[in-house]
Amino acid sequence: MSVLEIANALDEPERRPAAPHRSYGLAIAGFVLPIVLAILWEWLVAAGIANGRLMPPPSVVGRTLWGLAASGELLTHAGATLWRVGAGFGLGALAGTVFGAVTGALPVARSLLDPTLQALRAIPSIAWVPLFILWFGIFEASKVALIAAGVFFPVYLGVAAAIQGIDRKIVEVGRVFRLSRLAMVRRVLLPAILPDWIVALRSGLGLGFMFVVAAEIMGASEGLGYLLVDGQQLGRPDSIIAAIISFAVLGKLADGLLVAITRPFLAWQDTARDKL
Amino acid sequence: MLSFDRLSKTYADGTHALASIALDVGRGEIVALLGGSGCGKTTLLRLIAGLDRPSEGAIRLDGEAIAEPRADVGVIFQEPRLFPWLSVAENVGFGLSHLSAFEREGLVTNALVRVGLAGHEKRWPRELSGGQQQRVAIARALVTRPKLLLMDEPFSALDATTRASLHGHLLALWQESRPTVVMVTHDVEEAVTLADRIIVMQPKPGRIFDELDNPLARPRDRLSPAFEAAKREALRALDRSLRDEAPHQEKAAETAGMWW
Repeated sequence: MSVLEIANALDEPERRPAAPHRSYGLAIAGFVLPIVLAILWEWLVAAGIANGRLMPPPSVVGRTLWGLAASGELLTHAGATLWRVGAGFGLGALAGTVFGAVTGALPVARSLLDPTLQALRAIPSIAWVPLFILWFGIFEASKVALIAAGVFFPVYLGVAAAIQGIDRKIVEVGRVFRLSRLAMVRRVLLPAILPDWIVALRSGLGLGFMFVVAAEIMGASEGLGYLLVDGQQLGRPDSIIAAIISFAVLGKLADGLLVAITRPFLAWQDTARDKL
Repeated sequence: MLSFDRLSKTYADGTHALASIALDVGRGEIVALLGGSGCGKTTLLRLIAGLDRPSEGAIRLDGEAIAEPRADVGVIFQEPRLFPWLSVAENVGFGLSHLSAFEREGLVTNALVRVGLAGHEKRWPRELSGGQQQRVAIARALVTRPKLLLMDEPFSALDATTRASLHGHLLALWQESRPTVVMVTHDVEEAVTLADRIIVMQPKPGRIFDELDNPLARPRDRLSPAFEAAKREALRALDRSLRDEAPHQEKAAETAGMWW
């Protein structure tokens, strides 16, 4: 249960009167364990029972995070990471959607393209890194390409499956109303696949964040992934944990943003609230 | 107005669904296709709707052969088949996209009033009961004022009370523009309640077994002796249609016996 979901639950008190209270309680419950552990660790280190060098206590991590934020470094790193994820996700999601739509809609395209794409999918995306570096250089282009490759597959699979799964019965209604091919796509097929498409985009976005770490660990001069490597090389676990926390927050915010943007389009769904 | 000429349909897997159907339906007439399962009622309806093509013969609507769905033919399916992403009003107005928003709104509101769903315009289909959803489907099919309305067991999934009230709604809507109606049903009482003529069909291959005229005056009283008599007659015809088929089944049973 996240901050965003609580906020949403609180936004709609009329429609689901019981929900805000219950969500709020559950959210509190979710925070109990990490907070207790943090306090315990802080106390163990403060009391001198544990030394806290390799696993710094929350206060030290907090101070590091604050220091990074105050100096503007955090913003630079987070900005670089977000830019890469954004560009890679945009390209990968676009390509995945187009290819998914084509193979989902045209049997010919499916038999032509799908086997190759499935074979490519079997390659762990990280394996592309050396090749991408040779092709696109060591700077941004190769990183964005890696992220795009990671985002592509879940989106492609999701869209293709969604199109094949469209209910024949509902398409028939479109035929009865004599929709043109274009109108059929716009008025029936697109709305029908929208929920699955959004789920596919969300899993794509999650993978995007996974691959940005890989890309930045392998060579970058800025970005949260760079902060991880930097912390390792300088022997500063506090900086590593600060970067990890930043990743968690960014990832969750990006996902929440995607959900928030798409929520109005899914108001009709029976299970929307439970699924998202 | 609607005529079938030696109509046959054989599916790609060899199933002989319909054989030499010949029938004429007059303007404004309500015809019920009555029969047990597998006698090609739904196939026949899909052919009239232009959703499938006949293997032989033709269906003509006002002299024109039907090859694809037509604007002046409305279809109500067995399930409501509403678009879940459209509100009730948007669903009803689905076939009116060529009109201005103002005209559309007027027609949609009127249609919803007729099916007793005024005030439900903004709700989602999922928020409606099964009977309400089917009423939306009826409104959606009738709002375009089709001259031919096709119904494929539209009330079969509903309880008896809901069904009776929907029959009323349907007849009220029908009174307005008097479209020709061809409906498929396996419910004798429904056929007698709604139809001017009952076509009893027989399976394997699907063909017309008998035609019954149903001259009862509307509104029909389900408890009147005349209604009872018409119902008994239709039941008898349905029974005979199934008994004539029985020898086939015995043969099938024998073959099944040989298998042991």
